[in-house]
Amino acid sequence: MSNIITRRSILGAGVGATALAAGGGAFAQSNIQTAAAAPPNLPIESGATLRMLRPVRFVQPDEEVFRANCARFTQQTGVQVRVDFVGWEDITQQTAVTANTGAGPDLIIGFNEAPHIYADKLVELSDVAEYIGKKYGGWLNLAQRYGKRHGTNNWIGLPFGASGGPLVWRKSALNAAGFQAPPDDHAGFLDLCRKLKAANKPAGFALGNAVGDGNGFANWLIWSHGGYLVDEDNNVAINSPNTIAALNYLKDLYPTFVPGTIAWGDISNNRAYAANEVWLTANGVSLYFALKNDPATRPIAEDTEHTLLPKGRLDASPMAGLTLNAMVFKHSRFPNASKALLAFLLEKEQYDPWLQANLGYWSQPLDAYSTSAVWDSDPKVRIFKDVMRTNFYIGYKGPISQASAAANADYIMVQMCAQVASGQATPEAAAREAERRAARFFRRR
Amino acid sequence: MSVTAAETWRPRATQQGWLSRLFDNKAFLIVMCLAPAIGLLMVFLTYPLGLGVWLAFTDTTIGQRGIYVGLENFEFLFGDPIFWNAIFFSVFYTGVATVGKFGLGLWLALLLNNHLPFKSFLRAIILLPWIVPTVLSAIAFWWIYDPQFSIISWVFIELGLRETNIDFINTAWPARWSLIAANIWRGIPFVAISLLAGLQTISPSLYEAAMLDGATAWQRFRFVTFPMLLPILAIVMTFSIIFTFTDFQLVYAITRGGPVNSTHLLATLAFQRGIPGGQLGEGAAIAVAMIPFLVFATLFSYFALARRKWQQGESND
Repeated sequence: MSNIITRRSILGAGVGATALAAGGGAFAQSNIQTAAAAPPNLPIESGATLRMLRPVRFVQPDEEVFRANCARFTQQTGVQVRVDFVGWEDITQQTAVTANTGAGPDLIIGFNEAPHIYADKLVELSDVAEYIGKKYGGWLNLAQRYGKRHGTNNWIGLPFGASGGPLVWRKSALNAAGFQAPPDDHAGFLDLCRKLKAANKPAGFALGNAVGDGNGFANWLIWSHGGYLVDEDNNVAINSPNTIAALNYLKDLYPTFVPGTIAWGDISNNRAYAANEVWLTANGVSLYFALKNDPATRPIAEDTEHTLLPKGRLDASPMAGLTLNAMVFKHSRFPNASKALLAFLLEKEQYDPWLQANLGYWSQPLDAYSTSAVWDSDPKVRIFKDVMRTNFYIGYKGPISQASAAANADYIMVQMCAQVASGQATPEAAAREAERRAARFFRRR
Repeated sequence: MSVTAAETWRPRATQQGWLSRLFDNKAFLIVMCLAPAIGLLMVFLTYPLGLGVWLAFTDTTIGQRGIYVGLENFEFLFGDPIFWNAIFFSVFYTGVATVGKFGLGLWLALLLNNHLPFKSFLRAIILLPWIVPTVLSAIAFWWIYDPQFSIISWVFIELGLRETNIDFINTAWPARWSLIAANIWRGIPFVAISLLAGLQTISPSLYEAAMLDGATAWQRFRFVTFPMLLPILAIVMTFSIIFTFTDFQLVYAITRGGPVNSTHLLATLAFQRGIPGGQLGEGAAIAVAMIPFLVFATLFSYFALARRKWQQGESND
């Protein structure tokens, strides 16, 4: 998947230009407001070349525009940039190897907590973050959470966007059950699911070992009842009355699901939804686009709506987006060039076309980009505009760390819910078991 | 004349160079010839195994060098019901699947040992489940067991025999049996073909003698086929037990250890804790916990085989 940008720079720039010309502006003009801000002084080291890793694309234009942006950086600064696109499952391990060996790429765009795990191996990015934040209306909540070291204003990561998983539902099925939209309270939501079940058009949420969907649903369930895995001081706090209440609610909710959701992986709900087996689920925007782009499922896409998951006891719907998080390693011989590249990619001339190329898969970390034309491209995608305005993140509400990431990857929350749903454990026992497992990850070393 | 000739011809007392003398040295040759093999074993077997065992005694995580913590990982695992469940399921999975594989495999081998039309073709076909990469067959089973799109459920519903989809992997016990069925399906060819090879080494004269003595088909199997097959049975069983016990792909592709960790094998649990969970030390400790079971399987094979003295040319006890 690797390509050396410089060798393709002419081609890449050409493709970008052709796309712009041919599509009559393949990327619509966005009205991005900027404020005056002085860019940090980053004298680029002479002879600098950069190597970057980032996760593979969702959609083809993502990669094309990203490469074209890097090529433009090369044109303007003479710094050659090589970008390698890495599979999503591999990027965590490659980041670990890079950090531990002190060799390899200068910068990596990883996921979520990565900069927090390797904080002492990273170049501080506060100057770039402050400049970009000031110029583009400020960093959104989730970006601040993932960008800054816990409890400080020191930036170690620069978030590039996030992807959320709200409710995806069939308008026809909800209307037939007497609802205009999913209710925002637990009782109403349960009522909706029961009516859908009675109409034989059931809801379904993953309770299996599904990193994205399973954790998304389990986190919503616990958070919306006021529970959380660890408190602000990193003490395990999952075994709480709020968690028990959430699990008791699940006992009522689970029988309304389509059978089999305890065995669901990340892809299962997409398939079931596309096959008219499930009429209400939670997923990223990819499901909608898959349905829309396939003529066979286009009618389902037209009947599909997105809504945030119920707020429950909170005043905002709790949803933690999967966040792209860029970091620069201390072992890089060209830290200024690396920082300059990240700042360059976040400027509107580069960032807005990239945001549009992603069609809403990624949502911006900076306030000013909420006026991007991408959010007018399809009204059903607009809900993803505010993914990064949330106060919730993986590991809420403790500091972001290796432990919070590991607890997520080890499905502690999901399996606590699945234990109760399957009748294997009482809510109290399941919460105790989750507490025991979490204590292991969050033990002081 | 011969004397003269002998005097004139003298074998030259060759002045051997140090190099050729070195290569004549037996000790040196032994070292030279063994070095590549030992090197490969050290680099690719001993070092990883040693590192794995060492990691089991540290609290290494992905991204953080660990420190020596003694038996702390094992102490935690000892009190961890998920770990005990993995041990239980590993043993249960191996036990039931091995019995299934050997029952069906032996039966298949006996059938194939008869004179059938298209014998070679049939034997080649039998091998297919073994030849197909495990991940591919695992993905096929993943679809077969899918809660919504299972072909088996579909057939039953179309035939009007059921109203709802069959629960293959949504609850603990059905999931365990489903995985065992998939493993048996995959393992039968290996057992059948190996035992078939064993069957073909049995001399027909033994059967003739038995028939002259008026032995029934069952007696011929019990007193001729089975004892003659025992040595190969023992070694095939050892291999099969080791492969089954260390299985990873089937379980990981079909259930990922779910529902709620009920189908974790030690191998999948070690991976889950070590790589996605990042706890390399704990993952290594789980992997190390497999060693006693594997040593037992190997010793079993060794003693089962060594008991058969006639293999070394002595008479049987």
